[in-house]
Amino acid sequence: MTSRIKPDLCLISFALVGSTLVILILLALLNITATQLSDIPFLLQVAQDSRVTDSILLTFTAGLNAVIILVLLGTPLAYVLARTHSRFNNIIESIIDIPLVLPHTVAGIMIYLLFMQRGLIGAPLKDVGFIFEDAYPGIVAAMLFVALPFYVDTAREGFEKVPLHLENVARTLGATRFRAFSLVVFPLSIRHILNGCILAWGRAISEFAAVIMIAYYPMVISTLIYYRFTTGGIKESTAIAFLMILASFSVFVLLRLVTRYVGRYDDRV
Amino acid sequence: MLHIKNLSKDLGEFVLRDVSLDIERGEYIVIIGPTGAGKTILLETIAGIYPPDSGTIILDGRDITGLPPRERNICVVYQDYMLFPHLSVEENIGFGLVSRKMPKDEIKKRVADAAALLSIDHLLHRSPETLSGGEQQRTSIARAIVMDPVLLLLDEPLSALDGQTREMLRKELRRLHSLYKITVVHVTHNFEEVFSLADRVAVMNDGDVVQCGHPDEVFRKPNCEFIANFTGVENIFSGTCIQQDGASAITVDGLTIISGTCKGDGEVCASVRPEDILISRESIKSSARNSFKGTITDIENNGVVIKVTADAGIPLVSVLTRQGYDEMQLREGDEVYLTFKASAVHIF
Repeated sequence: MTSRIKPDLCLISFALVGSTLVILILLALLNITATQLSDIPFLLQVAQDSRVTDSILLTFTAGLNAVIILVLLGTPLAYVLARTHSRFNNIIESIIDIPLVLPHTVAGIMIYLLFMQRGLIGAPLKDVGFIFEDAYPGIVAAMLFVALPFYVDTAREGFEKVPLHLENVARTLGATRFRAFSLVVFPLSIRHILNGCILAWGRAISEFAAVIMIAYYPMVISTLIYYRFTTGGIKESTAIAFLMILASFSVFVLLRLVTRYVGRYDDRV
Repeated sequence: MLHIKNLSKDLGEFVLRDVSLDIERGEYIVIIGPTGAGKTILLETIAGIYPPDSGTIILDGRDITGLPPRERNICVVYQDYMLFPHLSVEENIGFGLVSRKMPKDEIKKRVADAAALLSIDHLLHRSPETLSGGEQQRTSIARAIVMDPVLLLLDEPLSALDGQTREMLRKELRRLHSLYKITVVHVTHNFEEVFSLADRVAVMNDGDVVQCGHPDEVFRKPNCEFIANFTGVENIFSGTCIQQDGASAITVDGLTIISGTCKGDGEVCASVRPEDILISRESIKSSARNSFKGTITDIENNGVVIKVTADAGIPLVSVLTRQGYDEMQLREGDEVYLTFKASAVHIF
């Protein structure tokens, strides 16, 4: 006689409770999709508005720009944090995480004070013709600031996962530390680095408060949606929001597909 | 060839305290010690991974204390292989030669030679993750010796392998060493590796080398209680083995010990577990092939069991239960017979 396998009540009840969150996201997506698909001509009309497409493009490009700077500056920082164990590491890691816990408006004011034309960084750069206020560099600066912890933390975790001994072997086999980093540590952390890029980029393009404080113009998509919401009304802003969902979603799916095929070795170390 | 003088390094968790060690060219040195004794950090400091806090390392008359690892030509093999998972076996073995900017066809040839030497030439195109533990360690040894290192450092190279593979690779190491006379420093916690591989053994404890010398000398005449306790292995001897009437006779300091397990003639090491040695007042007739007369030199009371050491030309240690000991009333200086079966003699 076979006894019936008892269902795992713990997992089932947890799954039921947890699904609330998934349903919440899906409901929001379905809701907005339903309203938009009910008036396709209007959606197409908004989609052809060059101010909307330009804004989406601007947001994506500025986000990408911030990520590129992050990779250049954040990768060395993440590596140093992963490979040293001084008592300063904790302090530095906490400093890196500050943008995570600040209200975005607070981050915005801090950025503004630094990069405005009379600001600590803004003033000297203005003299060489680099202006942040109401300009593209301002958007990138704000995005960089809020996205930074996402990249640095993820890259550091990736570097920490690569055994130190692997690097030591490379160094005894005639490699400089730079070479050991570029031939061994970096390739074995590539997935973490890409994930860090995606997280940071997602965070960057979603920034609103910090961006408008330093650069209301040119309008990033969040600013444009808010502007249309307050002037044109809910219908127009919802259409733009829906277009942004489609654009972001496509990019994320594309990036996830790429990361699936890159850095498979990450799982082996 | 390599002179380590008063080397100290504090890594917090692991420390080296004033370590001095001289290694001759072509020598096979085994470093043994408990976990946390500082064995790995000693190897890594020799390799140049960590700059020492104080002390000097002289290689062939040249002070290399401050040199980066890549300028030392000292290679390391770790316990857990540490192959580059994103490179093929061939690329792993050739990694160091590429760093040296050697021409491609030369690299290919040398990699093939090293792979053939370690019998992994059929695996060159494979990815490390598809290899068995033994094959991975062979790859990692090939990756080191292809560099023609002045010194090869092995950090518990056999510890992660199963018994049979370990045995095979141990023989392989011995063969490689006798073929190329590479200078080797081998860290282990396994005594058989000491006796089968070491020209000299260095015992480490608490960040320092506490004794260094020929294995027989160190284990027979430990210079401190720590070594005596740590080694814990009694009745180890080395001698010449010859085949005799289907069994093997090992001659150790004039004493002939019969063993059932010797595989061939030549120098061997053998051990007998103390609990396999029977002590009696009179010579006893039994099927046991080994029986020696000796004088008790030491009696150590450990509570439950009593450890009796008798000199029968070589020191032999036997353990008795408390009851057996009380009944026999043994004293230091007493003459006893020590008897054990040929099958109790373990040869390695």
